Amino acid sequence: MEIIVCIRRVPDLSETEIEIGRDGVSLADDDLDYDVNEWDNFAIEAAVRLKEEHGGRVTAMTVGDEESEDVLRRALAMGADEAVHLMDDAFDGSDALGTATILHRAIADRPYDLILTGAISGDEARGHVGPMLAAMLDIPMVALATELSVEGGTVTVQHEVEGGLERITRMALPALVTVQTGLNEPRYVSIRGIRKVSGMEIPVLGAGDLDLEGSQVGVASSAVTVEEIFLPPRGGGAEMLEGSEETVVQKLVERLQQEGAF
Amino acid sequence: MREIFVVVERSRDGLAESALELLTAARGLGEATVSAVLMGADVADLASEAAQWFDSVYVFEDPALEHPDGDLQARILAPLIDREKPLVTLLAHTNTGLELAPMLAVRAGTPLIADAMDIESSAAGDCEAGVECIRAVRSVFGGKVQARVSAIPAENGVMISVRPGAYTPPDMASGAGGAVHSETIPEGVAPRRQCVETVPPDPGAVDISQAEVLVAIGRGIEDEENLEDLHSLADAMGAEVACTRPVVDRKWLEKTRQVGTSGVTVKPRVYLALGISGSFQHLGGVKGDPFIAAINTDPAAPIFGVADVGIVGDILDLIPLLEEKIRERRG
Ligand SMILES: Cc1cc2nc3c(=O)[nH]c(=O)nc-3n(C[C@H](O)[C@H](O)[C@H](O)COP(=O)(O)OP(=O)(O)OC[C@H]3O[C@@H](n4cnc5c(N)ncnc54)[C@H](O)[C@@H]3O)c2cc1C
Ligand SMILES: Nc1ncnc2c1ncn2[C@@H]1O[C@H](COP(=O)(O)O)[C@@H](O)[C@H]1O
Repeated sequence: MEIIVCIRRVPDLSETEIEIGRDGVSLADDDLDYDVNEWDNFAIEAAVRLKEEHGGRVTAMTVGDEESEDVLRRALAMGADEAVHLMDDAFDGSDALGTATILHRAIADRPYDLILTGAISGDEARGHVGPMLAAMLDIPMVALATELSVEGGTVTVQHEVEGGLERITRMALPALVTVQTGLNEPRYVSIRGIRKVSGMEIPVLGAGDLDLEGSQVGVASSAVTVEEIFLPPRGGGAEMLEGSEETVVQKLVERLQQEGAF
Repeated sequence: MREIFVVVERSRDGLAESALELLTAARGLGEATVSAVLMGADVADLASEAAQWFDSVYVFEDPALEHPDGDLQARILAPLIDREKPLVTLLAHTNTGLELAPMLAVRAGTPLIADAMDIESSAAGDCEAGVECIRAVRSVFGGKVQARVSAIPAENGVMISVRPGAYTPPDMASGAGGAVHSETIPEGVAPRRQCVETVPPDPGAVDISQAEVLVAIGRGIEDEENLEDLHSLADAMGAEVACTRPVVDRKWLEKTRQVGTSGVTVKPRVYLALGISGSFQHLGGVKGDPFIAAINTDPAAPIFGVADVGIVGDILDLIPLLEEKIRERRG
């Protein structure tokens, strides 16, 4: 079975003070930490487990700059057999449609049975690239998988639907599935594990290799333009309790009691 | 007159609330015919209900449409959009919309803005000479940053998925009595997915949906061992324990304690949010405008934007202290 998993390198901002870059449309990324998108980590694990169960091959792909090689190496360390780095200056500024177009070109002419993507990326938070890619390949897809199994030529997916419910859906391969967190427990990647795959060749494909014109990708093709990014207005929100740990907890306990919390 | 499409979802007892929120969003875009697009297996009643609110209703009724199937829906709706050429197509940014919108945008050849919270249509000439442009504010980077994005309608318009809860449904149906157009599934379009079953909820599971006071924990708890202190705090308060998704993903607490759009909807009086960033998917499950108190190490955490009181601090230190003080008070 040929499995392709699409992954993205994203900054981890959960505990970081954020600054807007001088261009007004990107972050000042002096000391941001980057890692593989949380959802994609579950997708890689799912791909590797399916391969371990059924045999076949896992290929990890990313569209991104030089630094994005990190997430491909990480996927190889988790057990992907091959990685493909889609990189070109012409790809810079691609929106979801542009990214899906690049992936489509890279995938369409190779063999594939199952394509896995994350449900959504932690930075752009669109959830577009997977379903867009499925539509371009004209294959069926299911979003938000929480369980996944392959049998014969079909994939069976448990996935989240409205109202906190889950549904089980079956499709013939080839198909695409977007993966929700919690689908599995992604294996731990050690520095030693990464070192082990450091010698593996990662082919880089650019616009020319994929027969893509400059107008089909990158800023030029982007149908959705980011005009500005800004920090949500502060204040207007919580009344912040200040003082020593003793003091703030004391104040909080009083407020909680007033509200009848205990 | 120009037309705006609203792809409506249904709930167990009629039009989904999101459908009417989208109607408000559509009416905000200026003078236009606002049409509902409805798909389902048995939707005659729903079509008449929609006609009370919308100027017109396009209905696809077919057994194959019993459960939402984004792949099938996209292949059905793309030809309709190509025929009617609405300026804007609105969908809800729900699980159903998350599947349908990107596939439909590709098939209909339109730009797509995801998870919009505030949409405006600017006057012609604003974005690019002589063309109207659609702008929206959306939230990126885990809710810590907002982005103003714009798109110029293509021949088949612009598509926007709208965050549930971002708009308020209109108070009253206009009684528009809109025309109902019965549509047929295009030749050669058949389902490529098969629904095996809908998983029934576990009847024996804990039910936090009725709890008055919830102590909710997020990824900030860092380690499973630290949950012990949390349980003692909840005990001291006589409260129920709730959590965010990452805590369930790690199997530290049961799925039935997860609050959010893919978890449980709660409506407590008091919600204590500990080490929770405040994502929209989490807060989407907190209803009824409770008193929210939040503790987080990050002063810029989005949770402080919705909380009533907040403390910037480390929950690993503050949880035991909180328990101690509460036990003192209760005597
Ligand atoms: C389709 C979909 C559905 C989803 N459904 C749900 C859902 O139903 N429920 C849900 O919760 N999520 C859901 N999510 C996930 C959601 O997007 C967020 O990823 C999740 O809510 C984040 O949980 P969190 O706040 O615990 O973690 P994070 O966002 O990682 O936040 C952790 C917070 O803890 C703080 N912190 C860290 N250490 C400490 C400390 N020692 N003391 C104090 N604070 C600390 C950090 O500053 C940070 O703000 C869904 C996502 C998708 C795509
Ligand atoms: N640059 C990229 N390269 C490869 N895959 C991507 C890229 N961007 C997004 N994806 C995939 O698409 C999913 C959804 O991303 P998004 O549409 O950005 O929310 C991610 O989880 C990835 O699996």
